[in-house]
Amino acid sequence: MMKNAVEIRDLHVVRGVHTVLERLDLTIGGGVTGLLGPSGCGKSTLMRCLVGVQQVRGGTVEIFGRPAGSRPLRDRVGYVTQAVSVYHDLTVAENLRFFARVLGTDRAEVGRAIEAVDLQDYRNDVVGRLSGGQQSRASLAVALLDKPDLLVLDEPTVGLDPVLREDLWSLFHRLAADGVAVFVSSHVMDEAERCDRLLLMREGRIIADGTPAEIKARVGVDDVESAFLAIVREDAA
Amino acid sequence: MKLRITLAVAHRVLTQLRRDPRTVAMLLALPCLLISLLWWIYKDADPQLFDRIGPALLAIFPVIVMFLVTSVTTLRERSTGTLERLLAMPMGKLDFLVGYALAFGLVAAVQSVLAVAVSVGLLGLDVAGPLWLLTVVAVVDAVLGSALGLFVSAFARTEFQAVQFMPAIVIPQLLLCGLLVPRELLPDFLHAVSDLLPLSYAVDAMQHLTTSTSTAEVWRDVAVVAGFAVAGLALGAATLRRRTA
Repeated sequence: MMKNAVEIRDLHVVRGVHTVLERLDLTIGGGVTGLLGPSGCGKSTLMRCLVGVQQVRGGTVEIFGRPAGSRPLRDRVGYVTQAVSVYHDLTVAENLRFFARVLGTDRAEVGRAIEAVDLQDYRNDVVGRLSGGQQSRASLAVALLDKPDLLVLDEPTVGLDPVLREDLWSLFHRLAADGVAVFVSSHVMDEAERCDRLLLMREGRIIADGTPAEIKARVGVDDVESAFLAIVREDAA
Repeated sequence: MKLRITLAVAHRVLTQLRRDPRTVAMLLALPCLLISLLWWIYKDADPQLFDRIGPALLAIFPVIVMFLVTSVTTLRERSTGTLERLLAMPMGKLDFLVGYALAFGLVAAVQSVLAVAVSVGLLGLDVAGPLWLLTVVAVVDAVLGSALGLFVSAFARTEFQAVQFMPAIVIPQLLLCGLLVPRELLPDFLHAVSDLLPLSYAVDAMQHLTTSTSTAEVWRDVAVVAGFAVAGLALGAATLRRRTA
């Protein structure tokens, strides 16, 4: 397993008049790393920095030792935005075939990615006519093409039912076991229990970092949600 | 630029179009119907006028149609996040732009073959030069429309705004391109302005083709239109930013 997939030093991002990320230092290694925090705390901005589509004011972001967004990384990093970034007027299979051709991936990968998100019964359905959860799974499937080394997932389980969420988390762990560094954001606290490592974020800063057990032990509570609230109060004080 | 990716984009755009038969029907049928309407309007009043205006319309349709289609589809790519996703992949900006230009150029070729067939075959438009060259001019015009549409889509936040760029960018060119008044009869200042607008050369090319058998001027005009199209694509590429705020 790779030691550090991501190394962030002194990252500073300003959007408009708001400082979104403030002098952030962070390394992310293998396994499933969860990024938790209230909406608007900078989770999506941090993820955009990792794929190199965010303008930054200062600092460096290196992925596998190369600057984020640089050409050799573009087929090694899979990225899913919160929006359903696939073509709504194409079928699931047509979308995946298109992105596979862009990535230069074998066509067999298309079927594998569709199965990974459990959409094989809908592969010939136009994405626009699928349910919200099915659409976000179609978008996720694109990121699974070409076996990325780093998977950056911005709230991939929003609007999914509990069974499907469970399935996807199992998938993330299977991928992590295969050596993929998985970086997932969420604001659903019960999902946090399933991460190998948790980062709690508030107002552009990481206020806690450790395994779920460590974070709970730090403030002496039994669930991540209470731990998060206790740490936020501690931080605000 | 990679041919594989460019072709993938073109293929995808055409697949999306196939999903939308109503748009395809309009793209292909409307120019034919409008040219027929124009012929009918002048049929009794001034049949010669159709010979002057018909060729201009053959140049104008591909520009307008491709301008609209491209500005709306590119805006959609920007707002749904597919563009961001593609730019985070090994996709060059030129792959994206040329892919679009290829797909819409192909549609324009079919569109112009139909429009020319109707104009020459049914409506009796006289064309002195080679017919195939009419299609070449129409395809270059379509690429020009695509390039302009692509460029303005960067400045529109909504599809409403994108559509409003049509009257802003295309109609002034339409008024000055020689459709209403031959360009040499325009007031000096307007004539000078029309010399700077790409649609003027697109219409000139069609008019040369219909009135003369020599093709040298046509190729010169086509080269000017192609120059504008390349400049538009370059400006469009500059508006595709990998990193956004």
